[in-house]
Parts: sequence; structure tokens; C-alpha cells
Amino acid sequence: MEKLLQVDDLRTWFRTSRGIVKAVDGVSFDVAPGKTRAIVGESGCGKSITALSILQLVPEPAGYIESGKIHFGGEDILERSWTDMRGLRGREIAMIFQEPMTSLNPTRTIGWQLSEAMTVHGKDAPAARARALELLERVGLRDPNAALRQYPHELSGGMRQRVMIAIALANRPKLLIADEPTTALDVTVQAQIMSLIKELQDELGMAMLLITHDLGIVSEVAHDVSVMYAGQVVEAAPTRDLFHDPRHPYTQGLFASLPARNRRGKDLMTLDGIVPDAANWPTGCRFAERCAHRLDACSAPPALHGSGTHRQVRCHLPSAMEVTK
Amino acid sequence: MSPTLLHLLYNLSPLALIGVAVVIFLRARQTPLWGEAFRRLARNPSARVAMAVIGIYATIGIADSVGWYDATTQERRTVIDAIFERKPERTYSAPLAEMTTGEAKPQKIREKHILGTDSIGADVFYRTLKGVRTAFQIGGMTVLIVTPLALLLGLTAGYYGKWRDDVITYIYTVLSSVPGILLQIAMVLVLGKGIIQICLALGITRWVGLCRMVRGETIKHREREYVRSAKALGVTDMVILVRHILPNLLPVVIISTTLGFSNLVLSEAILSYLGVGVPDNVGSWGNMIDAARDELARDPVIWWNLTAATGAITGLALSLNLFGDALRDAVDPRLRS
Repeated sequence: MEKLLQVDDLRTWFRTSRGIVKAVDGVSFDVAPGKTRAIVGESGCGKSITALSILQLVPEPAGYIESGKIHFGGEDILERSWTDMRGLRGREIAMIFQEPMTSLNPTRTIGWQLSEAMTVHGKDAPAARARALELLERVGLRDPNAALRQYPHELSGGMRQRVMIAIALANRPKLLIADEPTTALDVTVQAQIMSLIKELQDELGMAMLLITHDLGIVSEVAHDVSVMYAGQVVEAAPTRDLFHDPRHPYTQGLFASLPARNRRGKDLMTLDGIVPDAANWPTGCRFAERCAHRLDACSAPPALHGSGTHRQVRCHLPSAMEVTK
Repeated sequence: MSPTLLHLLYNLSPLALIGVAVVIFLRARQTPLWGEAFRRLARNPSARVAMAVIGIYATIGIADSVGWYDATTQERRTVIDAIFERKPERTYSAPLAEMTTGEAKPQKIREKHILGTDSIGADVFYRTLKGVRTAFQIGGMTVLIVTPLALLLGLTAGYYGKWRDDVITYIYTVLSSVPGILLQIAMVLVLGKGIIQICLALGITRWVGLCRMVRGETIKHREREYVRSAKALGVTDMVILVRHILPNLLPVVIISTTLGFSNLVLSEAILSYLGVGVPDNVGSWGNMIDAARDELARDPVIWWNLTAATGAITGLALSLNLFGDALRDAVDPRLRS
């Protein structure tokens, strides 16, 4: 099947005083039209930077895309200039950020900001205004008419995230990048927001790239999962396969550290050690330090085995390589 | 056009100014930030006193801007002239005195002078009032030069960074290492004496502080999530700068402009005192102080000239500063130190 988004060997680096920080170091994945790909990993693994790289919004001047290809609808969008990217942002690819409290401009009304999302891409003001109201209704704001004239600080976090969703979906994008859309919200609100996103995704037939560290959300909404560790994808598979049979020791560790019914009463497992320094990745397997199944071979970098549609694992362990054959 | 009509048309400018101020105030009151700030200001007693004093000064300034053409003297007469101008005496007289001082043979004076008269017998109270309009003109016009310049350069340097930042930072670093007063004197000597010339001289040397602040704030806001979200929506840099970042900077800009205004009033006095200020035929507190230079050494001491001018300056500058501080607290209570 034709992929909507295909990221190949993306490297996004940062120049810092400690040297070059390779935050994203050879990441590949794809998203099929209408499907959801989750990127899972702990803080600092490079998942958010991957998302920002797609829109070419990596914080400048320190950050830059060193190499790689990002194909969207068949076109390599890294070839586009910053100005040309503008037509894509918000219209074809929209993004929801983690912090609904600060992602809205405090000095502008909700209606203004929602309309702007549309007028930027050529919609005339009255039409944008009308659609803004419609959108606010659709995302479930209690009093959409009043909300148009309200300022961000007058809304709760959950309501603000609903507004962010309305803004992101205003132009019916083909791809939604959701960067930890529920992390900053209360648990009860998280579920509401996630199901709203899912509902709207189905309604618009939109693909989604979901960045998260919450495996519970992944199991509910994602079709495919890529697990990132230390700037690389260490394992990728259809969600069901990955949850059923994680192969990479890091993925296994992630699952083992979740509370589960069959381990009731036991301590939660933790992964020992810390993520290595991004300015100075180990030459071999980046997870070797913390890995319980370490081999001699692990001092050499493991390749990502397997094909893109099924399972891919970056590990030297025979058990990991086996399933990929 | 007949001078009568022309001078009546002049009156439109102060009226337009009041209109603009009222419109801005009413629109600002609609926004939650300023609406709340105004309510806090109204509750703050020292802000109320400061606003009342500024209001009195402003009323005098405006009254001195509304006038008509006097056919007999062939000069413009303002409301202030009509009410407060007194017939000149021969020379100095103390406040409310009956006789002149400083003459071998003191003369009986013709009218009461609340603050006495100066060396050429002019009413000191009237001269003090005439300084109000000049102070506001210089403060206001300089602010109109400084603010756009500082905003333009500060926003550009802060948002785009790189070479633009380097160039702008370099310019203001150099400018701020030259003593401002020397530059101002040099500029007035080159451009000539006059209100507009002084405003230019003050404007060109005074934008650095505001520019530096705007640059810093812009750098801070550039990294905010809402700017990133706007970029993710495909909003252009120009629109982000003008319609997203600028409204967030307005509180600090307005506060620092208010505080800067009082500084400008003082600067005018200093320049006039140094003899490079406004022309002699324009009312000016600086000129009054300059003229009073030797008066404290006389016997009997001629203190009222200096006292009146200094008092007028202090009153305005103090209330502007109090108002600026109160405004800062009202806009963002967290800034209170």
C-alpha cells in the first residue's frame, strides 16, 4: 500500500557546547493513510524531535536535519524551502502539542486563534468564523458561542486541549502529529481527549503519528508501533504483535515495568542505569549498558533486522533475530 | 487661508489626541488583561493621586494647546494665556508681595502674583504653566520616535537572531557607551535649537534601553509553545511577530514608556539648563532654572523662580513614576518586588 508519510534514516542533530548531540540518529518509519503509528519511548529518546523534524520546526539555530528523507504523499518534503513548507503546515500536516496551557496565545481570543488557522491558508474571514463555531461544537465545548470570545486562561486544561484539536483539524489535514496530547491532563480527561481524537480521525479519514510514552494509549489507538531508544528505533511492529510478543530487551523492559494483573503483589520492575549521553553515544548497542542479556557481539552496533511491514528489531540476540526471518 | 481660521484648525490636534486616547482606553478595557489592570489601578490610592496630578498637568497642557488668533498682537493666544497672563512688572517681586525687590527704589506692583515675578517682571506662575505643554510635547514626541524604533529593532534582533541580532546589538552597545548627554548636546548644536530637534536628539539616544528589553522579551517569547504552534499552522514570521509576539510585549513596553516619559521631562530641563534646550520664547522649566542660576546668591534671595520650576518638574515626574510603578503592579502583580 502507498504510504502517506515515509521517514528514511532521519538524523536530526544539535550543535551544543558539549559537541554534536545526535538526538535523532537514523530513524525510519512510515504511516499509512488513515492509520495510526505510535512512537514510544522515554523522555529524551528523540521522539518529539522526530515529530518536529517532519514539519521542519526543529529549534534553531542549534538544531538541524543532518540527513535523511521525509516523503509525504510521494514528495520529499525536506527538499522544500521553509517558505514552501508553510503551505503544508496546518493544512496537510497538523500538530497537537503536549502543553495545552501554553500552546495558545494568552493575548488572543479562542475565536481569533481558531479563525487564524484557516485564514492563513486562504479561507475568508466570515467563513472561517462560521467554521470555528462548528469546530468548537464538534470538539465538545460546552458553550461554543461564548468560547469564541473567551481567552485561553478562562478555559480548563482539557477544554484548551479540545481547542488545540479544533485548531489542528480546522483545515482537515491528511496527517495529524500528536505529541503527547494527553500527558499534561488529568487521567479522567486523558481518556476523553484520546477518544475524541480517535473519533475525529475516523471521521476525517486522517492518518496519525502519535508520540507518547503511555503504552495504554498505544494499545487502544495505534495500528503500528515504533519503539525508540537513544535516538534510534529499536523495535517496530504492528501493535498487536508487539504487545503480544515484545522482542527487544528494551521493549520487554518497558512492558515488565507496567503494573499487570499476573504480577500482582510483586515490585514493579525497573530498568537499571540511565540513557547514555546523546553527545557521546556508545559505539556498540546503545542499550547494552542496561541490558540483562548482553553478549560479546553487543559491542558492535546492531542492525535493524526485518522488513518494514512486519517486525523490525535492532538487537544481536538470537531470539530477537529469529522472529524476523 | 485666514489666520483666524488656521488657528482654529490648530485646535483639532489636541482634540484628536484626546479622542485617540479615549478610544484606546475604551478598547483596552475590553481585554481581560487591561480591564483587570484598570480595576486594580482604580483601587490603588497612590495611583489615584498620581492620576489626578497627571490629569491636572494634562488639562493645563491641553488648555495651552487650545487657542485663537489675536488680531491686535498678531499672535496666537491660548486659554492659559487668557486666564493666567499678567501685566509685567519692572523686575523681581516676591510671591504675593506689594513691592518689587532688587531695585534701588522698590515700585508698587500692578497686580498680585501668586508666585512672584522674575527678573524681567514676568509672572512666575504663568511661566510655570507655560512649561507644561512643552514638557508633554517633548515627552510625547520623543516617545513616538523611541517606541517604534526600539520595537522594530528589538523585535527584529530578538526574533531573527543571527546577523541581524549582531548588527543591532553592536549599534546599541556602541551608542550606549557614548555619554548620552554629549550626543544630545552635539545633535542640538548641529540641528539647531527647537522642540523637534530636541525630540530627535533625545529619541536617537534613548531607544537603547527599551530596545534591549524588547529584544530580550522577544527571545523569551520566540521559544514559547504558542509561537511554535503558530509556526506549525503555517503562520508567517511577520504575522507571528506583529500579531502574536507584539501583543504579549505590550504591557512591558507601555510600562517602560510611562517611566521613560518622566525621564524625558527631566532631560528637557537638563538640556535647557545647559543652554541647548528649547528656544527662549517657548515656556520651559529648564530655561527657568537656567535663568535662576545666580538668583540664590542675591540678597535678598530670589527663591521663587527655582522653586516653581523645580516643583513643577518634580510634581510631574513623581506622579508619572508613581503611576508607572502602579501600572506595573496592576498589569502583573508577580512583578512587584
